[in-house]
Amino acid sequence: MRINFRTLCDKGAGGMMFILLILSVVLLIAMGIGLWFKAAPVLEGRMLKDLLFSANWKPLKGEFGFLPFVMGTLWITGIAIILALPISLLAATFLTEYARPVIKKYVFPALDILAALPSVIYGVWGTLIIVPWISEELALLFVEYSTGYSALASGIVLGVMILPLLVSLFIELFSAVPNDLREASLGLGATKWQTTHRVVLRKTIPGMIAAVVLAISRAFGETIAVLMVCGNLAQVPNSMFDAVYPIPALIANNYGEMLSLPLYEAALMFAALILFVVVLLFNLASRMVLYRIEKKSN
Amino acid sequence: MSLKSSANSIYNQYNEWWESSALRRQVKIFRPDYKFIRKSEESELMVENLNVHIKNNHILKDINLSIPDKKITCIIGPSGCGKSTLLKTFNRLIDSVEGVKLDGKVLIDGEDIIHSGQEITELRRKMGLISQRPCPLPMSIFENIAYGCRIHGIRNRRKLNMIVQHYLKSSGLWEEVKDRLRSPAARLSIGQQQRLCLARSLAVEPQFILADEATSALDPISSKIIEDLFVKLKANYSIIMVTHTLHQALRIADYVVFMYLGEIIEAGDAQQIFNNPQHELTKKYLSGAFS
Repeated sequence: MRINFRTLCDKGAGGMMFILLILSVVLLIAMGIGLWFKAAPVLEGRMLKDLLFSANWKPLKGEFGFLPFVMGTLWITGIAIILALPISLLAATFLTEYARPVIKKYVFPALDILAALPSVIYGVWGTLIIVPWISEELALLFVEYSTGYSALASGIVLGVMILPLLVSLFIELFSAVPNDLREASLGLGATKWQTTHRVVLRKTIPGMIAAVVLAISRAFGETIAVLMVCGNLAQVPNSMFDAVYPIPALIANNYGEMLSLPLYEAALMFAALILFVVVLLFNLASRMVLYRIEKKSN
Repeated sequence: MSLKSSANSIYNQYNEWWESSALRRQVKIFRPDYKFIRKSEESELMVENLNVHIKNNHILKDINLSIPDKKITCIIGPSGCGKSTLLKTFNRLIDSVEGVKLDGKVLIDGEDIIHSGQEITELRRKMGLISQRPCPLPMSIFENIAYGCRIHGIRNRRKLNMIVQHYLKSSGLWEEVKDRLRSPAARLSIGQQQRLCLARSLAVEPQFILADEATSALDPISSKIIEDLFVKLKANYSIIMVTHTLHQALRIADYVVFMYLGEIIEAGDAQQIFNNPQHELTKKYLSGAFS
């Protein structure tokens, strides 16, 4: 029988892609397992509950409470999303539904550049502009004293970093809404705004959830820019003007520095594991929400 | 449950207050009485010297036309002759096309809709549009019909229920969907979706129905249903439909407009156009020499 070369290529390509796919999934699992084994020593003789919900961070005495870091991460991610979500939503709505083509033509590249800037530049910008502004002006309105290196500064920097990502994802989503749908609504006598918020936004809710999850996952892991403005103090913040110490900053600051301390490396690996699990769970949860919404609307 | 019902009663009280309040009378927004008897008012649509340019392309050339009241007017002609553009000019959806320029007059009840600065939303309410592909909004069947009423300010639940039921009946969909009004409209078959779109357009009480090849995406049985509906509806509405199928025009048209390359070649009673066309091009088109 003559072997058909084309069919062989087809099968080969399919198999190859399957193997590569499996490899990337295996990588994810391997990372999880690797982190688990590395973190195991710190889990020995300690309750998981104590590790996660204790605020005592005294590595010299062998006390590892991760609450300050977990809270720090949550605070800055929360602030970033609260700042970035409304702005990006309105910006994307304006660009797709209202703006003239000329404006689109010049704003898109600017957004792309904003998205492509190295994060250390955002860090410098935060240190030079945002931190002094908070310390000298904003914080004085609310608290007696703040260094400016705070949850708010990190949140602002992080918010600005995820803004272009969100805007471009939202623009993608809104552009994918068929024009017929807009015309159907406009044809009934709806105004542009009614059409936008009752039809376009409604149609894209599942997509928007996915976009926000992507942005939050990115915000969880952002390290350098945040590390430069967060203050790096292991405390549970009471207000947004307090210094925070998010998990990525903890790992980046300390890994390779104080590893002579017993269990310190394992503790850092445990921090990485927390980050890993949180992002994983978060994505899973959003998948489930999306699945629900899609099932409901079809 | 009790919380829900008390919330409902508050809502109803608010609605009653609103309906009777002085404010309601001051705010002049569209709130038709919905007695489901259309005033048999004359509605007339006249087009005078209409020219439409889109980015240096002369799409419609010197259109002069008078659409007869309470009749089915079919606009026929080969692809790209400007039929849909003409239709979209009537409800100004053409405005969203980039680089469009309108000249001339389109008079609806004596008012020029191009230059008069009339509320465009009110114009579009008057001109119910049915597009080629049925396009249900991403919501339930009920909400699809109620949508138009809601955007024009009707909030009363009982009223909305009444409107939805009435127009689903008049588009012959009620029996098929009455048990699943809350399920997504996207689950309907494509023919049902088109009837839903028709009901949705009727629910805002238009004077005209603009149908842009409303049956071309449908199977023969569904298109037959839509055609029959149009014939029934012409008692109350002036229907203007663009169609690609001559047979359809032959079946239901009262008045026919033949367009070619952006111009009106011939317009007149359906009988006269089909049996005794005056223009050479019309004869050729009707005989199938080109399409």
